[in-house]
Amino acid sequence: MAKTYEEINQRIKKGEAVVLTAEEMTELVKSQGAKKAAEKVDVVTTGTFGPMCSSGAFINFGHSDPPMKLARVWLNDVPVCGDVAAVDVYIGATALSENEGMSYGGAHLIQDFVDGKWIKLRSTSHGTDCYPRREIETWVNKDKVNQAFLFNPRNAYQNYACATNGSENTIYTYMGVLLPNYGNATYCSAGQLNPLLNDPFYRTIGVGTRIFLGGATGYVAWQGTQHKPSVERLPNGTPVSPAGTLALIGDLKKMDSRFLRGARFIRYGASLYVGVGIPIPILDEEMAVFTGVSDEEIETNILDYSQPTRARDSLGRVNYAELRSGSIEIKGKKVLSAPLSSYSVAREIAETLKGSIKAGEFLLTEPVELLPSEGTLTTLDVRDEEGI
Amino acid sequence: MAKKRLVLTFPPEVVERPVVALMVKEFDVITNILRAEIHEGEVGRMLVEMEGPGKRLNEGLKYLEDQGVQVEEAVKDIELDESLCTNCGACTAVCLPRALKVEAPGWEIDLDKDRCILCGFCVDACPLQLITVKF
Repeated sequence: MAKTYEEINQRIKKGEAVVLTAEEMTELVKSQGAKKAAEKVDVVTTGTFGPMCSSGAFINFGHSDPPMKLARVWLNDVPVCGDVAAVDVYIGATALSENEGMSYGGAHLIQDFVDGKWIKLRSTSHGTDCYPRREIETWVNKDKVNQAFLFNPRNAYQNYACATNGSENTIYTYMGVLLPNYGNATYCSAGQLNPLLNDPFYRTIGVGTRIFLGGATGYVAWQGTQHKPSVERLPNGTPVSPAGTLALIGDLKKMDSRFLRGARFIRYGASLYVGVGIPIPILDEEMAVFTGVSDEEIETNILDYSQPTRARDSLGRVNYAELRSGSIEIKGKKVLSAPLSSYSVAREIAETLKGSIKAGEFLLTEPVELLPSEGTLTTLDVRDEEGI
Repeated sequence: MAKKRLVLTFPPEVVERPVVALMVKEFDVITNILRAEIHEGEVGRMLVEMEGPGKRLNEGLKYLEDQGVQVEEAVKDIELDESLCTNCGACTAVCLPRALKVEAPGWEIDLDKDRCILCGFCVDACPLQLITVKF
């Protein structure tokens, strides 16, 4: 018995919708089967809270008098991208402070902005007839600027590799500190709670999908950068390597730093922990099957991050239940496995979204355009002029 | 056998003398150095576990004090700011004694100070810079 978005939204408005988190749905499908689960459940909520480097925010400051075309711009000594018209900037989450180095970056700046702190704005420019001012130093906060929105080019990765280190030295990566001789392994996915792993072929998550983003309401803006649907998949549809990604947008002023946190990975740099929650309508039995996926049924490859190449060899395949057990086996050795993304906050996000939907405060949206279901990635090859 | 976890503080003039080695030899105390910050000409600190028959252990510690070393019970001083912790688990990746754990069902960071050897790896590994280690 198929349902439509309208029918589900009518039930949400009446306060009658049956909403489960992806964890609860997994239990229900296991105990009662997908057919019954599809009849009972209207919406399944997902959540994830992990470091998502490809994040950032646009801010418009309004014009100074005399006006200025902000060309080179620093916020709290973090260089941000000016040269977007006159007073728009884009803060890249991984930009680093020119004074504090790796312990403070664009991600921390975004968090400070969300927390309402005063931020030092410094800029220089060449001066034009219409924008005569050539330098400025002032202070701003979220109540003193025009629009501010988070716009993350690549978030909510549909699966990610498990990282380890086969070299003889400790290495410092965006996957955390990796100890020598396979001394540990880190992973970074909410697994069975991850949004795109519960909708593996992007049937319901698409352009325009309303979501939970950083504690506020946001939207899927587009396919994320490096969206790569054509990868090896298990029979249940889940990819065994990084696959789909989402570009996300939302009002930064309304966000909460509980779900948007600046982070530094030592000797790597800054990254932004982003909280994302996406509701999945259970339109039919197939969606119940998809959302019933469990950690045992989601696998990823173990990669040796000491290999300085984009094409690292796989050292084997593990599922998320094994990763979550605290140790995995690599080359016959028992290796400590640890997460980098917070399962407890992912769960909290799924619960929060569930609460909003049950209270009738959050309606579902049908994608205005689906994400590509096929496609691979190109690479950056070094070529000279003769090679073009 | 008595066992103590201690912080030894060496004044600069004592740093260059092998007082711990002499004490171990003289009083037969098993000594495990967990952490040391010793630099010539500066105040030095050492976190040690010492084990031996109670009387001999106390005599050994008295000897250290006579040599000018300050002996204090180690206050286990690893601190995690739990109010800001998001339970991501990155710190658990480098905690080989498993003092820091994040496990089912709650998936919240559990810090067992008794297992902590104050190595400080987690200080570097915490993405939110919420852990401090002092001894």
